[in-house]
Amino acid sequence: MSATQAASDDVLIARIAQGDRLAMQVLYGRHHVRVFRFGVRLVRDEQVAEDLISEVFLDVWRQAGKFEGRSAVSTWLLAITRFKALSALRRRKDVELDDEAANAIEDASDNPEVAVQKKDTSQALRKCLTGLSLEHREIVDLVYYHEKSVEEVAEIVGIPENTVKTRLFYARKKLAELLKAAGVERGWP
Amino acid sequence: MMAMSNKMSEHESSEIEMLLPWHAAGTLNPRDARRVEEALARDPALVKQYAAIREEYAETIGLNESLGAPSARAMQKLFAAIDAEPERKPSVSRTVSARVTGFFASLSPRTLAWSGSLAALALLLQAGVIGVVLVKNQPAAFQTASLSTNEPITRGLGPEAPPRALVRFAPDARVADITTLLDSYQASIVDTRGGLFRLQFGNKAMPKDEVANLMSKLQGEKIVSLAVAAP
Repeated sequence: MSATQAASDDVLIARIAQGDRLAMQVLYGRHHVRVFRFGVRLVRDEQVAEDLISEVFLDVWRQAGKFEGRSAVSTWLLAITRFKALSALRRRKDVELDDEAANAIEDASDNPEVAVQKKDTSQALRKCLTGLSLEHREIVDLVYYHEKSVEEVAEIVGIPENTVKTRLFYARKKLAELLKAAGVERGWP
Repeated sequence: MMAMSNKMSEHESSEIEMLLPWHAAGTLNPRDARRVEEALARDPALVKQYAAIREEYAETIGLNESLGAPSARAMQKLFAAIDAEPERKPSVSRTVSARVTGFFASLSPRTLAWSGSLAALALLLQAGVIGVVLVKNQPAAFQTASLSTNEPITRGLGPEAPPRALVRFAPDARVADITTLLDSYQASIVDTRGGLFRLQFGNKAMPKDEVANLMSKLQGEKIVSLAVAAP
């Protein structure tokens, strides 16, 4: 995200704190898709993720006056989304999804092995990315898709910066193991 | 010694390895980005791993992009909830800060960067001038802070407010210039409206002629296009 957009996000939040509905629409239009996708990846359920984004932006409407601008608005949004997603998962009592359960939720089409047989490493990679645990999925998404720095991920997830680095390292290691099990050898680890 | 150096380079190498995903995403600070670039230039194993990371990076984006977008229901639900919220009264302080934030946000990053440098320079100059004045005016004898009995004690009939003015800054006024001006006049922004800033000067009342002098001096400033005394 550009510095200009980050600054204008701050202005929108200031207006939202004044009860400006239009500013809320602009902020929603700008961020709702990414918030939704982050939610879907965490809760693995589009309906729940849709409910989540309404809750996230309603929190923004209520808490805008307390936003101090120490982090980017997008970082704040993802942190709220993560909190709401974990609460939703706790409600569903399936926060501890193991790899097996995660794979069971995936669609019944090509599994990684079949994808590899088709020489489609790309497909296999996507399958394995979906098969990662929640804590590995979120860190991979925050770094690669949401383009968050080490410091921002630390803030969103609530862990020290060094833990952020090692957690992503282990997420990648797990990904490599899943790929290896699916027959994709990448020479690491 | 050799073993130690190897150990250190191994440690550094694993640290660099952990930074590779952020390098691929372009979110490393310049110092770390340079370290990673240098390591990539000398370590073929790291280059191989970096290629794998770029693949993961591309597929993570592809996977997320394939997730689609929420339906209009989410937005309808949100705004229905917002409409059901109690109406809030805008606070004056928040309005002022929002306007000031808006003003600074409207400036380009380049302008802001220049302004930052100029503000730092202005502060240094100001510190220098204050230093010189203090050294020059240093009284030779010891002086207490007690009340001088030679001066008459005067007291107003009621508390008088410090002078205020409505000021419009020139469109090309930079943040640093405005900050310097506010500092030099010991002024603070108390309100903004339609591009006009209400400034307060110091925290003591001033005789009328001094206020008039202040206004004409302010009006003479390059970055000020309008300055009028205001209640």
